[in-house]
Amino acid sequence: MGMTITEKILAKGAGLDEVHPGQLIMCEVDVALGSDPTAPLAIEQFKKAGGQSVFHKDKVVMIPDHFAPNKDILSAEKCKILREFSRDQDLKHYYELGEMGIQHVLLPEKGIVLSGHFAVGADSHTCTYGALGAFATGIGSTDLAAVMLEGRLWFKVPASMKLIYSGKLPKWVGGKDLILHTIGKIGVDGALYRAMEFHGDAIEELCMDGRFTMANMAVEAGAKNGIFHVDTKTTAYLQDRTESAYKVFTSDLDADYVETIEFDVSAIEPQVACPHLPSNVVGLSELGEISIDQSLIGSCTNGRISDMREAADVLKGNKRDPRVRLIIIPGSPKVWRQANNEGLFDIFMDAGAVISTPTCGPCLGGHMGVLAGGERSIATTNRNFVGRMGHPESEVYLSNPAVAAASAILGKIGGPSELGLK
Amino acid sequence: MAHKGKVWKFGANIDTDAILPAFYLNLTDPGKLALHCFETNNPDFCLNSHEGDFIVADANFGCGSSREHAPMAIKAKGIHCIIAASFARIFFRNAFNVGLPVIESLEAAEKIGAGHEISVNIKKGEIRNFTTRETYRCEPLPDNMLSVLQDGGLIPHLLAKKNTQ
Ligand code: SF4
Repeated sequence: MGMTITEKILAKGAGLDEVHPGQLIMCEVDVALGSDPTAPLAIEQFKKAGGQSVFHKDKVVMIPDHFAPNKDILSAEKCKILREFSRDQDLKHYYELGEMGIQHVLLPEKGIVLSGHFAVGADSHTCTYGALGAFATGIGSTDLAAVMLEGRLWFKVPASMKLIYSGKLPKWVGGKDLILHTIGKIGVDGALYRAMEFHGDAIEELCMDGRFTMANMAVEAGAKNGIFHVDTKTTAYLQDRTESAYKVFTSDLDADYVETIEFDVSAIEPQVACPHLPSNVVGLSELGEISIDQSLIGSCTNGRISDMREAADVLKGNKRDPRVRLIIIPGSPKVWRQANNEGLFDIFMDAGAVISTPTCGPCLGGHMGVLAGGERSIATTNRNFVGRMGHPESEVYLSNPAVAAASAILGKIGGPSELGLK
Repeated sequence: MAHKGKVWKFGANIDTDAILPAFYLNLTDPGKLALHCFETNNPDFCLNSHEGDFIVADANFGCGSSREHAPMAIKAKGIHCIIAASFARIFFRNAFNVGLPVIESLEAAEKIGAGHEISVNIKKGEIRNFTTRETYRCEPLPDNMLSVLQDGGLIPHLLAKKNTQ
């Protein structure tokens, strides 16, 4: 029996010739990531367990992104723990303000995670790196402590499911819509404990940023990881970012999948996930009239340069509805600079947007745009749970950047076509 | 005699933001986390649950973020054990790592109601419902997982192992 790409990377991590779903294995990790909400706990546990130095100072990555720039005294203290630990341990990959971006935008951009890597992070959206043909999954703080100590961790090999997307992507439909549509179909536990493997000619058409968006939300279907195969787009992306060698794994033709689902993307319109679950998905045209107070464009899901360009394409020459606050957060300094250089900031500001320094910020109700009771936001983020962006009586609708931008102009949730854009 | 306790019933897809909202992520003290456990999602539980109570829930308990604060808060609240039809995978790992027993049983999740009095024998894989006089089976925990729980979590377990070596 052949193996899937996920099984092959896990087998490599465990030093075995083959692995099968359900098997418990001990894996060596290539990258272990922590950020300000989760790493302080991990550092505490690491010290409690008698940890002196981390297993490898180039493989432990610390990013203060959620509540940084420090939103209050408590967050300042947490970020300080990360900073001091990173200095004490002489970590190569600690990024201070100015270099700091949202972890899942930053790590691929800096070439820290590569194809074939086994990456873990104390953040559930660590699965984003699957876009590079890496195995990447979220863990908790204690697990991170154990990895920092020993460089390895036990895992259960997940069964893989195959998702095939074929057909031509309609205009204004991209990675975000494909993954929302998928979660809408299979549910928030539709891929529980599984690996989601993305295939099809529509996937080949997607740019890397669109693939990051899709892999990012695999966890929203309960998956352990989401993964793509390496193609010319992946290698071009990596070429610009690393000189290190990496390994490319491919699923065997006779690999075993617990389930295969096919989608015809030509029939998909922009998708919106309604409160309060990412699976509560409808096509934009079925939504009805939903007024909004805020539009947020950013996050580890849609905070990359293609997302900024997509928003700019819609915002150009338009002005936000006076009742809507439009917040745009480029995901990293590199995205920020590039958006600025391309003149996107003028478009954003002319449209009445504010542009934030890179941070997770309002995505998790942290800062820079938290919602009050009764308020409603459209957001390009990944979660719309009760109270996710602030008050427990606020509401979050999830969409792609074009819809979030159009909604800011319309004052209600709508798409670029309502603005006459083709 | 296994510990008997009262059940708090929850639905499907209980996410970690519901268990512990993100604005408390800056807290790491278990006692403080416990004060905010289910604060907005289920204030009744937050105020009135007791040491030794149980949580019983439908599918996908603990979905969402990887915050270990969520099982820490539930444990610090004194919850004896969580039984659910299924768990989100990161939550499941985290629960063991902090020493909070979690058990999957579709049957128990369906048949146990709010306020029922139950007991759980994890070693045998047996859940008893004293209110309905039913008994449900679940997968018994392997010894190595049991010893992690008995030691109070992964880090105390690693330390205990070190000390006995
Ligand atoms: S942007 Fe949102 S989802 Fe992504 S890492 Fe930050 S808080 Fe988590």
